[in-house]
Order: sequence, then C-alpha cells, then structure tokens
Amino acid sequence: MDNNEVIMKGNEALAEAAIRVGCRFFSGYPITPQTEILEYMSWRMDEVGGEAIQTEDELAGINMVLGASAAGARALTSSAGPGFSLKQEGISYLVAADLPAVIVDVARIGNGLGDISQSQSDYHLVTKGNGHGDTMVIALTPATVQETADFVALAFELAEKYRHPVIILSDAAIGQMMEGVALPEMKEHDINKFDWTVKGHKKGDPVRKIVNTSYICEGDFVGYESILRNKYNQIKKEEQRWENVEVSDAEVVIVAYGISSRVAKEAVKVARKQGIKLGLIRPQTITPFPVKAFDEISKDCKGIMIVEMSIMGQLKDDVKLATKCTLPIYGYLTSYIVPDSEKIIALAKDILAGKAKEVV
Amino acid sequence: MGIKAPELLMSSPGGFCPGCGHGIIGRLAFEVITEMGLDEEVITVVDVACGSLFEFMTDSDVVSAAHGRPIITAAGVKRVRKNNPVIAYIGDGAAYSIGISHTIWSAIRNENITAIVVNNGVFGMTGGQMAPTTLIGQKTTSSPYGKSQEKAGEPIDVVKLLGKIDVAYLARGSVDSVANINKTKQYIKKAIEKQMNKEGFTFVEVLSPCPTNWNLSPIDSLKRIKDVVSKQFEVGEFVERSAK
Repeated sequence: MDNNEVIMKGNEALAEAAIRVGCRFFSGYPITPQTEILEYMSWRMDEVGGEAIQTEDELAGINMVLGASAAGARALTSSAGPGFSLKQEGISYLVAADLPAVIVDVARIGNGLGDISQSQSDYHLVTKGNGHGDTMVIALTPATVQETADFVALAFELAEKYRHPVIILSDAAIGQMMEGVALPEMKEHDINKFDWTVKGHKKGDPVRKIVNTSYICEGDFVGYESILRNKYNQIKKEEQRWENVEVSDAEVVIVAYGISSRVAKEAVKVARKQGIKLGLIRPQTITPFPVKAFDEISKDCKGIMIVEMSIMGQLKDDVKLATKCTLPIYGYLTSYIVPDSEKIIALAKDILAGKAKEVV
Repeated sequence: MGIKAPELLMSSPGGFCPGCGHGIIGRLAFEVITEMGLDEEVITVVDVACGSLFEFMTDSDVVSAAHGRPIITAAGVKRVRKNNPVIAYIGDGAAYSIGISHTIWSAIRNENITAIVVNNGVFGMTGGQMAPTTLIGQKTTSSPYGKSQEKAGEPIDVVKLLGKIDVAYLARGSVDSVANINKTKQYIKKAIEKQMNKEGFTFVEVLSPCPTNWNLSPIDSLKRIKDVVSKQFEVGEFVERSAK
C-alpha cells in the first residue's frame, strides 16, 4: 500500500482530491449530506495556503467561485438538492462567462426540504437544469469513493479544456461511506496558467481580459451561437464515459449510475451464475449521456431495466433516446431505499417471462 | 487648463443618458486608480444595468457578475489576487435589494475590496422602477402614486445598515456640485488606499442624478439632490478604521 492510499469518506476523499489537484478556492454553505466537504476544506485550505469561505448562502458560494475562477484559481463549490437549486443562477453565468469550475451535488431525497437520505432524484436538475438559457454542463457520476476522487481530477481537467463548469453528482450513500482510495499526487495550480484570467491589464498586452456574461454590445450573436454549439457538439462527441458489464449477449440490460449501479453490478454477477443473461450499462457521464454504450446491445436483448432511486424514473427519457425507442423499458424504482440485487434479478426474470410492465 | 479623461476610460464611447451621474463617478474611480499608479493592476467587477456599460468603457480587466452579486464575485477575485485593487461598481438595486445579504456579509467578513455604489433612487436600466433608496412619496413606474412607507418600508440608508459593522471605511459622496465631486474623489481615493493597505471592506455610496427616470432636466436633477435627496441621505465619512 503506498502512502497515497487511505480509507476515507466519499465527501472527504472528494475534498482531499480537490486539494491535491491544485484547488485552492472553496466557498459553500452547510447542508447535509455534503457538509463534510465544507468542514474538511475549512482546516485543509489553511494548511495549503488556499481559501475556504463559509458563505451566507449558496448564491454567494457559487458567485464567489465565479470571481475566483475568473482570477485563475481552480475553484470548487458543493451542495445538496435544495442548495443545488440555488446554485442554478451561478451555473448559467459560469457557462455564459466561459469559466471553468467544479460544482458538487451530493444528492439527497426529495422535493422541497425532503430528507437527508440518499436518493437519485436530482438527475433532471443536473442534466436538464443548469439555470436559464442554452446551458449544458458535463456531469460525472461516481459510483465509489475511488471514482469520486478520480472524477475530481477529471472534472477540473474537463472544466479547463472546455472553459466550462463541470458537475459531480454524488449522493448521500457514496458521500458518507468509507472505502479505500488512492489519492492523486499533490500538485499546485498556477493562477497565471491561462491567458484569459483577469490579473490587471498590462500596457504591453494587446487585449484586456473581459470575463463577460452579457451579450450587450458584443453584437455578434451568430459568432457566439456557433462557438457554444461547437463546444456542446464536441462535448457530446468526445466526453461520453461509461462502463459496460456483460452487455454484448445480454437479454436484459440494466442502466444504472452511482450507488444503484453498484448493486446492479452485483446482480449481473449473481444472475449470470444462474444462467440469466443480464448486463449493465453504467453511465459515468450523464451529460453527455453515453449513447455510444448502447451500440453493444445485441438483437437478442428483450428489454432495458432502469434501476434508479427516483420516484419518476428520471433516466427513462435519455434511455429511450439512446435506444431510439426500439426496446421496452422496465423500471426498478425506489426513492430513499438503495436497490436490492435480488429484486433486480426477480424483475429480470419477469421481463424474460413477459410478465413485467413497462415504466410509464 | 487642459482636461483629459484617464486612459482607463478611453476604450469606447459611453452610452449613458444626458445628465447621468455614472460618467462622473466612473471617471472619479479611474482617475484615482491612475493617480495611484494602479492602471495595470486594477480589476473591475460590474453589475448588470447602467453601471455595466463600464465593462466596455474601461480599459481595465473586467468581470461582469450576475445582478446583485458583484460584491461577492469581487471578493472571490480578491481572495485569489490579493495584491490587485478590486472594485465592485454597482447600483443601489444591486447593493441594497437583490444583493443586500452579500453587502452585509462582505462587510461582516471585512472582505478587502472597494464597493462603489451609485444611489440614484431608481432602477434605471429597466425604466425607473422603485428602488430600496426611493424616497417616501417619490413617484416611479412601480410606485405610481408615490412610494408608500406602509407598503414598501423606509428608504435604506447604508449608514444605518453598515454603520455599526467594523468595516475599514464607509462614506457617502454626491456629484451634485463641484465641491461634492471633489470630496467624493477623496472618499474613493481613501477607500482604495485602505484596500491596498489590506485594511478590509471599503464602501463609498454616491448620490447620483437620473434625469431620464426622474423626469427632470439635468440641472433640476442636481438641484433635487441638493435640496431633497441629500437631506435624506447625509454625505460624509461615517466609519474609518485605522490599520490593525
């Protein structure tokens, strides 16, 4: 075991990984189940000479991140469901400003206050939300503590590659569980690395730096339109990430991400021993949705099963589009209860026997 | 005597209405920056609406923040670039209505930035609606019978709001006369000096005319500031804390 390998909570591993990849700015507000990120940053940033600010609300959290990012820092903010709703304004402004930033949603159950239990009910908020306007934001969905740490590094890389915010959608279960994790090596981020950061307009510089969120006076909507469309098209083409497990010959293919996908993976293993041809598509990005993962599905497949901790079954629409509505979609849907592998297998048997009902 | 605008304001023509105070106030800020030798260091954070026109009028690096958020966004910039002067240039709607929590909390945390807040008593860009600083009885497009204290509360006075908080500097100037313009420039200068001295949150409100939305001529607008507005909002220096 090398000394980068430790046992940590998902939320703390996320925070430490951020520090190690050069994040030196965090601003956020307490909300369960993500508060460990704020708490961890509150002592850890002091050790590395960074800034951790407990802000007056989530709006301040994300709008401070906008300023810090404009100034060149690797900046992070985090929240959970109700607080993530408040961050929508800032996400739209980050998109408009072409600024990189990483925004974490450690999802909890519910509309309104809901509760602090794990859930996957923020899928639509994260994939179809992101504030007003033509906003589309890469969203990574870790399923383990290790993947949480890995995705922090990836999130900052993608954010800077596209000069665009990136969301990590975790949940209460992954955020709170402790697992072994190999953390990235410690490195610093140079705030002068990029030429677009505001730093004061030096006389020799031909162009001053404007971090612009308004279209007023630009007069070139068509130019902006194509820049943003090209960015989105490139993201859709190049940034789909997924893990397929035994999909090529599967008669039932599960689609599940995050905590549900861990149970689904177990179900595939057990089902295969029983001779049931079960497979799993595990999106690691839900934006862009990994439609390429569905190419591996064979003509023997009888149906798709979404396994999701959502009352609505929020994955359904993206799966329908990815399969071009060619396969029936069944659902094992819960709300705050982590799915059960035996129930997955039971539903798979019902699907194969023609006894299951499609999700509405 | 030759009069020359600071180089930081030479990049493009402004778009302010005739008689507007923004042009004077922005000029004062950038004159101070130039006189202090900070042209190449300053970072300006603007709001939406009228004040946002400085995004394209100044030659400084600029961040355009969301409505009501420039103070907090400026604090984010400053915490990363601690040696650069960072100015949040905003209106009274941003500072006292939608962004009031950021104004108060930046003061409480003593964020080391300078906020320049233009108080013209209305939401100018959207057509003259009632602002937190609209005076009782003042007619606006959203208080057509005159602002009612019963319905809308008393006008927000930043001295009452922040006066008891241990900020580095709090002053209110006005552009209604040459004397007051000169005083306002001194207030802004002191604020930026204190910021460069890392003393903390510095805040200068400036009473400013909006002839378009006050339905007055530019001259009468200045007269209204002198005779009416500055009776409600006293000008002067209110908090000044020396370096710790």
